[in-house]
Parts: sequence; structure tokens; C-alpha cells
Amino acid sequence: MSDGEIQPVGQEAQGLFGVSGSGDTSGFGGLVNQSPSAAPLVSTPAPLGEYFDEVVDSLQQLLGDDIARAVIVDRGELTIHVAPDRVADVCQSMRDDENLRFELCSSVSGVDYPEQANRLHVVYHLTSMTYRRRVRLETAVSLDHPVVASVTAVYPTADWQEREAYDMFGVVFEGHPHLTRILMPDDWEGYPQRKDYPLGGIAVEYKGAHIPPPDERRAYK
Amino acid sequence: MTATDNAHDIFEDEDAYAAERDTTEGKVYTVTGGDWDEMVAAVDPVNDERLIVNLGPQHPSTHGVLRLVCEMEGETVRSVRPVIGYLHTGIEKNLEYRTWTQGCTFVTRADYLAPIFNETGYCLAVEKLLDIEVPKRANTIRVIMMELNRISSHLVALATTGMELGALSMMIYGFRDREKILDIFEAVCGLRMNMAYVRPGGVSQDIPAEAVGMIRDFVDYMPQGLDDYEGLLTGNAIWQERTQGVGYLDVSGCLAMGVTGPVLRSAGLGWDLRKTMPYCGYEEYDFDVPTHNGADAWARYVIRLAEIRESLKIISQGLDKLEPGPVMVADKKIAWPAQLATGADGMGNSLNHIRHIMSQSMEALIHHFKLVTEGFRVPAGQVYTAIESPRGELGIHAVSDGGTRPFRVHMREPSFVNLQALPALAEGGLLADVIAGGASLDPVMGGCDR
Repeated sequence: MSDGEIQPVGQEAQGLFGVSGSGDTSGFGGLVNQSPSAAPLVSTPAPLGEYFDEVVDSLQQLLGDDIARAVIVDRGELTIHVAPDRVADVCQSMRDDENLRFELCSSVSGVDYPEQANRLHVVYHLTSMTYRRRVRLETAVSLDHPVVASVTAVYPTADWQEREAYDMFGVVFEGHPHLTRILMPDDWEGYPQRKDYPLGGIAVEYKGAHIPPPDERRAYK
Repeated sequence: MTATDNAHDIFEDEDAYAAERDTTEGKVYTVTGGDWDEMVAAVDPVNDERLIVNLGPQHPSTHGVLRLVCEMEGETVRSVRPVIGYLHTGIEKNLEYRTWTQGCTFVTRADYLAPIFNETGYCLAVEKLLDIEVPKRANTIRVIMMELNRISSHLVALATTGMELGALSMMIYGFRDREKILDIFEAVCGLRMNMAYVRPGGVSQDIPAEAVGMIRDFVDYMPQGLDDYEGLLTGNAIWQERTQGVGYLDVSGCLAMGVTGPVLRSAGLGWDLRKTMPYCGYEEYDFDVPTHNGADAWARYVIRLAEIRESLKIISQGLDKLEPGPVMVADKKIAWPAQLATGADGMGNSLNHIRHIMSQSMEALIHHFKLVTEGFRVPAGQVYTAIESPRGELGIHAVSDGGTRPFRVHMREPSFVNLQALPALAEGGLLADVIAGGASLDPVMGGCDR
């Protein structure tokens, strides 16, 4: 479980329209995309700026320096990568410590990065109403052992949101009171938001032409 | 006799619409309205102390395709289990197969009573990923449209709550006045709902002078309408009885259940993202955040009326701030190339633009084609943006892998999160108060199930 597997998957692409060589006729060839999938997960060097240092320092004082596997500041947002079995501990401290006071768990969502060993990520967005701050917690698990500690005991609002992440990605939240499907039918097979789950759909005839379903259409990537 | 014994019997011998049968779970009654008395007579009051009543998903009082499984002891609700997912349309999954711009047409269909909020939240996320800033006029138009949309959404909330509690006149008035806002939307962008009007980089087209006049007329008209609603409901003894002390949820309950928006403010916490974490230039507007300390369905009714008045203030200020200027970023690598114009038959292409690309400039045609079919690339990374929708915090978690399509978009829908609180505010009360409490949460199932 190396830290290098946590960054988003990118594409090797050059130029606005992804062409290489001389194919770009648009004149907008200045944009070069980095491919974050190959790069190791690199923490942003301190100082992080704004309130970020204070939050990370408080958390590390409470739970030890190794609680954050990486701390990344991007586009003015703080992301703390934590181990899947520590999420509930982290949330407990984030909610209760008087320097942190993240009272509200705004959102829990899953993301699937199929090229990584720990491909299923769970992302928590916490909001501190006291200090008017936001922070993102992120954790990653593999398909073999997709188990994350449930935060429902700390944030009851995570109940349905964790059920949705289970329903859509197959992440198992240990300690959740009743982890069942929520949006899909109870007897549904598969986890629809995973990247290897097909979108589905049928070809549609329009004035004699057959329009294929969206996931079979020509893509410009 | 169970259905498996002799399957054809159910069609031959029994009335399928008012059937009574035994299952492993106990005796099952199917009741569809007028036969309630028969069922009450059939229930054994001694042995059937607890009755499971299944409300919905097709039920006029559950505020959409929401199913409520209520465990009843007499008229008292012992437990409520909301069952959702009946309107799940896979919007988040679909977004991953379209360009970033096409995403607008999907997110706008989630919470169909607040389409402008879905679009704006999504576009703010895309713009944050792109690290671009939209022109001032576009921001002002977004604010005006959002506040109009907030009013129309609150009007539906009042109308449907009225309908569900038996105040049918309120339903007629609420929908009547919402219609005026939909007419404004139609004048602005050609569509009344699901407009995809807000686009990454700005808005799809400028607001026409005619629409500005309509908005001014509406701002003049609406206060009288609000006075009428208050005259109709506020002093009404039945309305007070049905809402006061019903559906109680205090601040700590709201925070634990993640409830935001008017419900949180009705419990006394003035948390409004427009004030606390401003976006789209809301910090430049002068408005109040109404709060109440009732924490019940009545307080939510009062808050929604007060919020409509505040929205009217914001709209007037927005109209004064409207200065001529572009409504889309100048960066041609991102700005939608097709200029749209409102014609006699709704939103359509601008003839000038078509003339330009079809008969004047080959490069313009290529550019148009590439940007429309392929879309623009968004640098890799993830962002979370949150806006104050009529129902609370609408958050968009957008992840890009550097491509022309979203890698993942998650909508933190206030309807979805708030609905979790229904058991907390309804259990222990009467069945009729489940309806009043649920209506006061104002869930929209399109947003809840996405």
C-alpha cells in the first residue's frame, strides 16, 4: 500500500485538444497536462497557508504525526489523506477538539481510480461552522478488502451517504448500523459507479440512422 | 390462502384492490382509499396492536415518489423508515460520459425545482478546477436567476405543504405566482425548467431587456402576494394547529443529521452560505438571514416567507448592479462558441454566428466544431463547492483527470441529506404529523435520488 497510488488518474496529453506532434491546428497548443497517476503522492511543503497549518498541527498533536499519510493543498482546498481504519478516529477528533470543531459532515462520496491498487477512494468534506472552514479527508481501499471505518457514530448524517457509497462503489463501512443499498434495488448486482461498470443504454433510431448509446459513441480523448 | 398456493385465485376470487391475505409477516391489507373503514373493521384491535402502514411511493402526500414505512400503534407513529431510490436516474454516472459543458443539462435535472442552483453549483466547481473567473455581469445574472429560483422553489414548498395539509387555496396561489417566475425564465433563456442556462465560464446568453422589465414587475407584484398568503394562513387556526409544535428538530439534531437550509435556520442557527462562505459576489448584497426559534413546521413556514422577501431585496439590488458587459469568459478555449439568441420559438442559434462560421471563417467553424463535440480540457484535481440552495447546502464534489469529461461528479443534495431527519422529527407523533413534518423539510425526490 504505497502512497503513490492515491493521486487522480491523468491522461498523457498535450495541447488543448490532446493532439501531439503537429496535429493541432487550433493555435491553442500551450496547455500541457501532467499525468498525476505516475507521480507519487507528494505532500504540499509547509507552510500550507491560510488555516491549513493550524488544522493539520492540531490533528497531528491529537493523533500522532503519522495520522496524515499526505497533506495536499490544491486550489485553496486542504486534503488530508488518512488510513481507512483511522477515519472514524480522525472524524471524532475533528468534531470534538476545540481548535478544530468540524461540526458538520457535509458530504461523503466515493471515487473509483481503476488504475490504482487502492482504487476505491472515499472522500469526506467536513465543515466547521465555528471557524467557517472546510477540510477534505480522503482514504483509499482495494477491491480485495474494501473496508473503511464508518463515521456514523460521530456524524449520524453519514448514515445515508455511506449507504450510497456502498451502493454505488461497494465500499464496506465497518460499524455502520444497517449497510444496505439505498438508491438501487435491494437485489441489484454490481456497483454502478465503478469505472468498469458499463453505463448501459440502447441504440436509438432517428430518421433511419442508429445513434449508439453514449458509452459506445466516438470519444475525442 | 397465500398467492403461491394457487396463483390464479388472486384474479378469480379476490378483489385485487382491496385484498386481505396472510403472509409470513402477518396479515396484509391492501387499501386504496375509500375502503379504509372496511380495513379498520377487519383489524383485530387486541392482537394487531402494531400496524405497519406503507405510504407511497405513489402517494399525493409524500412529496414525490417517496415511500414511508410507518409502524403504527393506534394513531401514533412508532417508527418511520423512508425508502428512496424510485427516481434514481444515474445523473452522476451519465456525467462521466459527456463533456463538462454537457454536464449542465444533466445536473439541472436533479433537483427539478431548483435547476439554476444545480447548474451554478456545478459550474462553480468546473470554474474552480479551471481556475477562471466569470465576468461581473454573468455573476450578477446568476444571482438574480438563483434568487428568482429560490422564490419559485419556496412557492412550491408553500403550495405543496398547503395541499398536503388541506389548504388547497394556497396550492393554487403558490403555483400561480411560480408561473410568473417560470415566464421570466422563459423570457431569459427560452426554457421554463431544466434550462442549462448557467454554463462553465458564465451564462449561455445575455438577459434580454424585456426580461429585466418582467423581473421589475415581479418584484413590485410579489410583496402583495406574500401579504395575501400571510392573510390566508398565518392567522388561520387550522394552519397553526397543524404546524405549531409539529416536526420539532433543534439545532443539535439538525447538525447531527446534517440538515441545513431553512430547516436549520428555523431552529435558530443563522447559517446561510451566502453570508458565511459567500460565492458569486453575495458579499456585495445587503440582505438578512431570517431565523426563528420554533424549530417546528410553523417556524419553517415563517422562514420561507421571510426568505422570499429577502430574495426580492437581492433581486432589486442585482438589477441595479447590472452593467453592460460580457456574460461569458473571454477565453475562447473555454467559452461556448455558439452564440445563442432567444427567438420566436424559444432559445436558438444566433443567425449572425451561423453566418460567421458557415460563410466567413473556416477556422471559426473548426473551432466551433472541436469545442462543441470534444469540449475543453480541465486540469486534473478535485474541488468541492457549496452553495445555498432553497433546501440547504448543495455541494458539488468534482474530480477531473485532465480530460474533456468529468472523471467523477458527486452532488451533495440537501434533499437527500435532510430526508434522513424525517424519523427524528416524526417518530412519536401522529401519522398526520408525518406528512406535515415531511412537507416542512421540503424534499425534492429528483434531487434526493439523482
